[in-house]
Amino acid sequence: MSLLQETPSRPRRASSVRARRFTLTPTTTVYLALVALLIIGSVLVAIDGGVLLDQGGILNILTRSTVLGLVAIGQTMVIVTGSLDLSVAYLVGLCSLVAAETMAGSESMMVPGVLLALAVAAVVGLINGLVITVLKAHAFIATLGIALVIKGYLEHTYTGPAGSVPRTFQHLGYDRIGPVPIAALLMLLIGAGAWWYLRRTRPGYHMYAVGGDLEVARLSGVRTGRTIVMAHVLCAVAAGLAGVFLASRLGSGAPYVGTDAGYDLESIAAVVLGGTVLAGGRGGVVGTIGGVLILSTLDTIFDDLAVDPFFKDVVRGVVLIVAVALYARRQLAGQLSGRSA
Amino acid sequence: MTVSLEGITKSFLGVPVLRGVDLELRAGEVHALVGGNGAGKSTLLKVLAGVHRPDSGRIVVGDKEKTFAAPRDAQAAGIAIIHQEFNLLENRTVAENVFLGREPVRRGQVDRRAMRAETAKLLDWLGEDGIDPAVEVARLSVARKQVVEIVKALSTEATVLAMDEPTAALADHEVELLYDLVRRLRERGIAILYVSHRMREVFDLSQRITVLKDGAFVVCSATEDLTSDQLVRHMVGRPLDALYPERPAEVGEVRLSLRGAGNARVRDLSFDIRAGEIVGLAGLQGSGRSAIARAIWGVEPFTTGVMELDGAPVRVTRPRAAVRKGIGYVTEDRKGEGLALRQSVRDNALLVRRAALRGAVSRRSGDLAALLKSVAVVSRGQHQEVRYLSGGNQQKVVLGKWLAVRPRVLIVDEPTRGIDVGAKQAVYRLLRDLAADGVAILMISSELPELIGMSDRILVMHDGAIAGELPAGASEEAVMGLATGHAIGDVA
Repeated sequence: MSLLQETPSRPRRASSVRARRFTLTPTTTVYLALVALLIIGSVLVAIDGGVLLDQGGILNILTRSTVLGLVAIGQTMVIVTGSLDLSVAYLVGLCSLVAAETMAGSESMMVPGVLLALAVAAVVGLINGLVITVLKAHAFIATLGIALVIKGYLEHTYTGPAGSVPRTFQHLGYDRIGPVPIAALLMLLIGAGAWWYLRRTRPGYHMYAVGGDLEVARLSGVRTGRTIVMAHVLCAVAAGLAGVFLASRLGSGAPYVGTDAGYDLESIAAVVLGGTVLAGGRGGVVGTIGGVLILSTLDTIFDDLAVDPFFKDVVRGVVLIVAVALYARRQLAGQLSGRSA
Repeated sequence: MTVSLEGITKSFLGVPVLRGVDLELRAGEVHALVGGNGAGKSTLLKVLAGVHRPDSGRIVVGDKEKTFAAPRDAQAAGIAIIHQEFNLLENRTVAENVFLGREPVRRGQVDRRAMRAETAKLLDWLGEDGIDPAVEVARLSVARKQVVEIVKALSTEATVLAMDEPTAALADHEVELLYDLVRRLRERGIAILYVSHRMREVFDLSQRITVLKDGAFVVCSATEDLTSDQLVRHMVGRPLDALYPERPAEVGEVRLSLRGAGNARVRDLSFDIRAGEIVGLAGLQGSGRSAIARAIWGVEPFTTGVMELDGAPVRVTRPRAAVRKGIGYVTEDRKGEGLALRQSVRDNALLVRRAALRGAVSRRSGDLAALLKSVAVVSRGQHQEVRYLSGGNQQKVVLGKWLAVRPRVLIVDEPTRGIDVGAKQAVYRLLRDLAADGVAILMISSELPELIGMSDRILVMHDGAIAGELPAGASEEAVMGLATGHAIGDVA
């Protein structure tokens, strides 16, 4: 840079605005809450005469976390970008069917089955992204519309489970190292990849920028449309992976496997619980995985205690609201202190 | 490098905003662009920035004709714009903002170290080594955010830098730093387009001045060949009457009175404001000027001392209580706190009245037209969204919003920030008329000539307390002396 050649090499003054004091970020809060929950849950289950964190318990938590984790990782990307994807639940079902029907019990069709399922997911994501950026439909409506389209297709075409995966493919769903399922490790690996993508690559940076302020990003030369489309494609592919994994576990594809578990709203809940701001521009995958683990730990505790499922939902709802209220307070406090800086 | 705009025209929805404008920017020259409300300055800037594509006309960079389809094309041609509103991501760091859209990549990932180092270098070069490149922008003061804006523009290796009202958000001492910076940039051969409403800045900084009026080119002249009277005449098309209205001979009863009031930001405030009086409040940024306003208005209430309204002690702990007691507050942050930008002129003007008064809404708005007329809002009707109005007209809507509830006390914080000289004069008249109707006005301003011209007396803040009081017509030096804490005892 020509302007800089005359720069005097002066030592930088100890900055009056510190980079970061220790603050309780949403991410650390989530993991502290998770630890607290594990302790409280262990005590409660022990009182009830069981053990929460035995081999079966850990396996239960991690298995529950795998599918929700995959969907929520993708959802994190679109939410950070300031968008939203309500079509993931039907997409999970669709992809489980595409994978299982393509494989049709044949080992040689395993790779094509997975690839085709992911390709279908990517196309759905592309359509979501294009409807939002080109047709300028609000993400909520756009993805709800696509969800309905997929729903219509599924209802028209399927009455129940279809296709079958070969036995070998079921290893993906059931193999484990000690109490840790292979699939959970794969989910964490994908989470790590998503973290790297968001925090270390240019497209990831631009997702935060677009979510933070679309106009600022545009005026700074960011290709905002491309960024939004990319986020939706990646989100859909993550949902597609979740569908593939479910096919492996179930042995076949199932049209409503995604919606029965409510992965659309559940994934958004996990993302928000993990400290990502619903308006975008702030948050990340690490928090999301914490949010997913909290939700599945809650479920496991309730199962161990044989709690009424309605009460379960009440507790989940309260947890979600309390978490978001806490983050909102903290952010407000941050803004006030920023103003006086 | 020279950049010229030739015969640029642009219409929005059939309304011509630019009608054949020429502008030539030369290396090492500060070119001032001036004009009244809606003259087309911002639109011209956006054409230069590649945000808007002109309907006709040419953009020539060096000796090549260019088409800017998007901001990044303008950026690639070496043109950087500092927009009037801050274009920063609050939740990202300084370095991330500076390199937004152009992050350096090394081995497949963003080179964060290089980003920080480059940012630190640029900050050092500007003498702003107090800003940490790794800090979130949300934690910086307004002045520092502006520095980040400038660094962001410089980091594109721009050879043309366009600044839209760069001093609008700055306090006086920060303006000096900006001057210095602009001069240094010019010496390094950068072409600068400087858009400002402040005459003094235009004459201090520029070598050439282009005047626009109603979207048309009026004149381009060397700065030394123009007097400020001539310039104003070019801008408004007629000579301006005395900018500040006459002061009244006498004032009324005490309306608002503080005795030893204070909170975490200000302390030991004791003063009165009388009906019909405009009291100026001066002070550097962070001295507690706005904190007084926010305390009186109940945003951050006083925790000690007494506040009296028309002789009766009152406690105001929420803005709603302030509104109901007849205290109005025109915020310095017009777009953030003053207006609901996507709502209509009508809804904004009636916002406070609807919120504060009981009863059906529609019945009580019959005099809205008269109200809007009294504040002289120029709009395409009551139903136009306020975000499409110019800054001056937006400010008039904000004033109208308060007039609609007939306040007894009105606090105005930077009432003419970012609006042109014609609109300024209108605001001054309006404030004086309100005072004549018996409103007690507390006026906060960073623009000393305006504060001195308008105020019946001036309170000067320093470090959270009142450093002294000056009579009408005090000198700028006297105000600055108190504000910077040098002259305590000499004057007070």
